[in-house]
Amino acid sequence: MTMTFADIQKQAQEEWDALQKGKAPQIAVGTATCGRSAGAMAVVKAFEDELAQKNITAHIREVGCSGPCYAEPLVNIDKPGKPTISYKNVNPDMVTEIIDAYLLGDDPLPQYTLGSFGEGKIKGVTRFLDTPSFKPQERRVFRNCGIIDPTNITHYIANQGYEGLHKALTTMTQQDVVDEMKASGLRGRGGGGFPAGRKWEAGLAAKGTPKYVVCNADEGDPGAFMDRAVIEGDPHSVLEGMIIAGYTIGAETGYIYVRAEYPLAIRRLERAIAQAHEKGFLGKNIMGTNFNFEIKIFPGAGAFVCGESTALTLSIEGKRGMPRVAPRPRTTEIGLYDKPTLLNNVKSFSSAPMIITKGAEWFASVGTEKSTGTAIFALTGAVNNCGLIEVPMGITLREIIYDIGGGVPDGAEFKAVQTGGPSGGCLPASLLDTPIDYDSLDEAGSIMGSGGMVVMDEKTCMVDVARYFLDFTEIESCGQCVPCRLGTKQLLEILKEICKGKGRKEDLDLLYELSLAVHGGSVCGLGQTAANPVLTTLRYFKDEYEAHIFEKRCPAKVCKSLISFVIREDKCKGCGICAKSCPVSAISGEKKKVHVVDQSVCVQCGVCQEKCPAKFSAVDCVSPRVKVEAAAETETS
Amino acid sequence: MEDRLSEILSPYKGKRDALIPILQKVQAELGYLPDEAMLEIARVTGLPESRVFAVASFYAQFRFTPRGKHSFMVCRGTACHVRGAEKILEETERSLGIVEGETTEDKEYTLETVACIGCCALAPCVMIDEDVEAKLTPKMVSEIIDRRKAQ
Ligand SMILES: Cc1cc2nc3c(=O)[nH]c(=O)nc-3n(C[C@H](O)[C@H](O)[C@H](O)COP(=O)(O)O)c2cc1C
Ligand code: SF4
Ligand code: SF4
Ligand code: SF4
Ligand code: FES
Ligand code: FES
Repeated sequence: MTMTFADIQKQAQEEWDALQKGKAPQIAVGTATCGRSAGAMAVVKAFEDELAQKNITAHIREVGCSGPCYAEPLVNIDKPGKPTISYKNVNPDMVTEIIDAYLLGDDPLPQYTLGSFGEGKIKGVTRFLDTPSFKPQERRVFRNCGIIDPTNITHYIANQGYEGLHKALTTMTQQDVVDEMKASGLRGRGGGGFPAGRKWEAGLAAKGTPKYVVCNADEGDPGAFMDRAVIEGDPHSVLEGMIIAGYTIGAETGYIYVRAEYPLAIRRLERAIAQAHEKGFLGKNIMGTNFNFEIKIFPGAGAFVCGESTALTLSIEGKRGMPRVAPRPRTTEIGLYDKPTLLNNVKSFSSAPMIITKGAEWFASVGTEKSTGTAIFALTGAVNNCGLIEVPMGITLREIIYDIGGGVPDGAEFKAVQTGGPSGGCLPASLLDTPIDYDSLDEAGSIMGSGGMVVMDEKTCMVDVARYFLDFTEIESCGQCVPCRLGTKQLLEILKEICKGKGRKEDLDLLYELSLAVHGGSVCGLGQTAANPVLTTLRYFKDEYEAHIFEKRCPAKVCKSLISFVIREDKCKGCGICAKSCPVSAISGEKKKVHVVDQSVCVQCGVCQEKCPAKFSAVDCVSPRVKVEAAAETETS
Repeated sequence: MEDRLSEILSPYKGKRDALIPILQKVQAELGYLPDEAMLEIARVTGLPESRVFAVASFYAQFRFTPRGKHSFMVCRGTACHVRGAEKILEETERSLGIVEGETTEDKEYTLETVACIGCCALAPCVMIDEDVEAKLTPKMVSEIIDRRKAQ
C-alpha cells in the first residue's frame, strides 16, 4: 500500500510537468479572500463557461494571493513556450476578450496586463523583473502562493514540498535540525523576533510528556493579512514546518490556532491536513519511520490578547485567554496543558521546510547579519500599490514605499508609516532610510511586528491615529494588570479630549509619564507596547499635538470638533445638491443662489463636500472651526 | 431548539476543554447564545455555569442577543481607518437608523464593526453577509443601503 517518498515525488513531478510542459494553456486565477471580494469567482466561472462554449482545452486552477492586491482579480495565463502573463483587474467581459485575442489568436492585449514572468519577453508587456515594484522582492515564504493550487498536495510536492520533512526524518537527528535552525538565524515572524532555533532547542531540551507544537495564526494586528495569505495560498508549507518541529522536539500533537474570521483559511487547512494524512505525512509512522504526529485546528474566538503565547494556550484549553502572570512560565517548559510547548508564528513554521531543504546558509544569504531572510508586509494605506510584499531584510522603508509601493497617490505628501500594529509606532519621513530589521525598527521606537505596514499621508491626523490604537488596546486589555487596564483608559481619555479641542498644556507630559507607567507595569506584551503609538507620535509629530491643544486646529482636518465645512461664495452655483443630501438639513439657500451651512446644526459628516459636483468644488473644510454665533455651539465628538 | 441543541451537544458529554468549540457550534446553529443554551452547555460538559458565562463573555465572537437576518460589518482596521472608516460607520448608522451593535427594528440587519476583513488594499470596506463592498465613500454606502431596501 505505501509508496516511498521518492515514488510520491516522482508521480507529483510527472503530474506537474504534464501541466507545465503540456500543450494546453494554463489559467491561474487568484481566489484568496481579497481576490474573491474583487470578483474573482465570477472570473473563474466566466473562464469555465467560455472555454467550454468555444471548445478550448485549457487548465484552470484557483491559486492563492500573489501579492499585488491592487490588481485583483488577477489572472495568470501560461501559453506553451511563452512567458506567463499576468492580467490585472479582470472582469467577466475581459475574459471573453482575452480568450479570443490571446488563447485563440496571438494578441496578448498588453493594455490589460500587469506584467510577465519567466523566460522571454512579450512585446508591449513589461517583465516583472524589470519593474521597480517587483525587482527588489524575493519570494521565499510566498514561493508557492499564486503559483500552485493550494487544494492540491501534488502541486506542493512537485515544488520541493515535504522534501524537508523527508530529509529531517531520514537523515537528520533532532539535534541536527535544531542546529540547522539556529545556523539559519531565523527569528520569530510573529513580531517579537526571538531566535527560532533557540526556541526549538529549548523545546527539545524540555522535560515532560506529551509535548505540543502550536502554530499561532491568530493574526490580531487590525490591518494585516499576511498569515492568512500564506495559509490560503500554501497551507502545506505550514503543516510541513509543524511536522518537522514535532519531530525535532518529540511532540505528537500540533494545534493551529486560527482566527474564526478566516473561514477560507480554515477550510484550506482542513483539506490540507486530510491530504497529508492520505500521503502518510501525518498520522502514524510518518514516511515509514516510527514518528507519529497529528494536527488539529482550533478556531480562535476573537480576542486580540489571545495572540500572546500563554493566553493562546489557555484559550485552547477552553479557558479565558488571559496571559499568565507571576510566575510567568516559559511556554517551551510549561505551555499547553502545562506541558512543554513549541509555539511559533505561521511564517516561522512556513520557513522551516526551506531551511532544512536548502540549508541554513542559503537562508541567511539574504537579509542582514542579525535579521536573516526575508520580511513579509501587508503594505496598505496611502500608497499606490497596496498588497503583500516579501523583501530581503535590510531594505529601507523608502524602497518599500516608493519603489515597491509606487509612492503616495493623488500627489499627496507622505506623512508617516506605521508598522507593528497596536504595538508599533509611526515613523516620519526623516526616518525613511531606516533599514527594515528587528533592531533598527526597535531603535526608532516602532517594532517589526508581524507584518502590517500602513502608509499615512497628510490627510491622516497623528493624534487621531494614537487615539485609534489606544481605543483598540483599551478594549482588548484583559484587565489583569492595573497599569494596563487603567493606564490605557486614561491615555485614551486624554487623547480623546485633545481630539475634541479640550487638550491642556500639561497633557503632553502626562501622556508621556503614563506611557512609561503602562510600559513598566504590564505583564504581557499588550500592555508593555500599548503606549508605542503614543510615544512615537509624541516624539515625531509633537507639532500636531500642539496645534490641537494650543490652536484648536487639526492640521489633517480629521478631528470633527476642530473642523467646519463652509461653502465658498465665489464658487457655489446654487445647484442645491448639497442641501438635499445633508442628513441634518444644515444647508439652506435659494436655487441658483449661494448656499450656506448653519454651523450650529452641521455635524461635520462631510457628505456635502463629497456631493458638491467636482466642477464647482464649492465646499471647503477648514480648521480651526469658524466662529459660531453666540451660544449655539454644538457638541460633537 | 432543544432538539437541535442536544444534537449539537451529544458528542461533547463531559468534554470540559471543548467549551469554546461548543459555544462556536451552538452560535453557528442558533445565531446567538440564549441563556437556556448556556445552561444546557454547562450541564452537558459538567462545567460550572459561572465558568461557561465567564468564558463566553471574554471572547468578542460570542453574542447573547438574537441577530438580524443580515450582518453588516464595517471594517475598522488600520488601513480602513486611515481611509475614512469612521465616516463609513457614521453613514451606515444613519442610513440604517441604528448604532453599532444594534439590530434594525425589522430584524433585517445587525450592524457591527470588525478589526480587519483582509481586503485592506481595497479600503475602506464593509462586509454584508459574505460579500465585501470595497473602496467606499459615505455616498456609496447610503446608495448600497437604499438599493437593498428597495429590493
Ligand atoms: C497582545 C499580543 C498579541 C500577539 N498576537 C500575535 C499574533 O497575532 N500572531 C503571532 O504570531 N504572534 C502574536 N504575538 C506574539 C506571540 O506572543 C509569540 O511571541 C509568537 O507567536 C511566537 O512566534 P514566533 O517566535 O514565531 O514569532 C502576540 C503577542 C502579544 C503580546
Ligand atoms: S498587560 Fe494588559 S493585556 Fe497583558 S496581562 Fe496585563 S492587563 Fe492583560
Ligand atoms: S458636513 Fe454634513 S452635516 Fe455639515 S453641512 Fe455638510 S452635509 Fe450637512
Ligand atoms: S452642491 Fe456645491 S455648488 Fe451646489 S449648492 Fe451645494 S455648495 Fe453650491
Ligand atoms: S493579491 Fe489577492 S489577496 Fe493579495
Ligand atoms: S483594515 Fe479594513 S480590510 Fe483590513
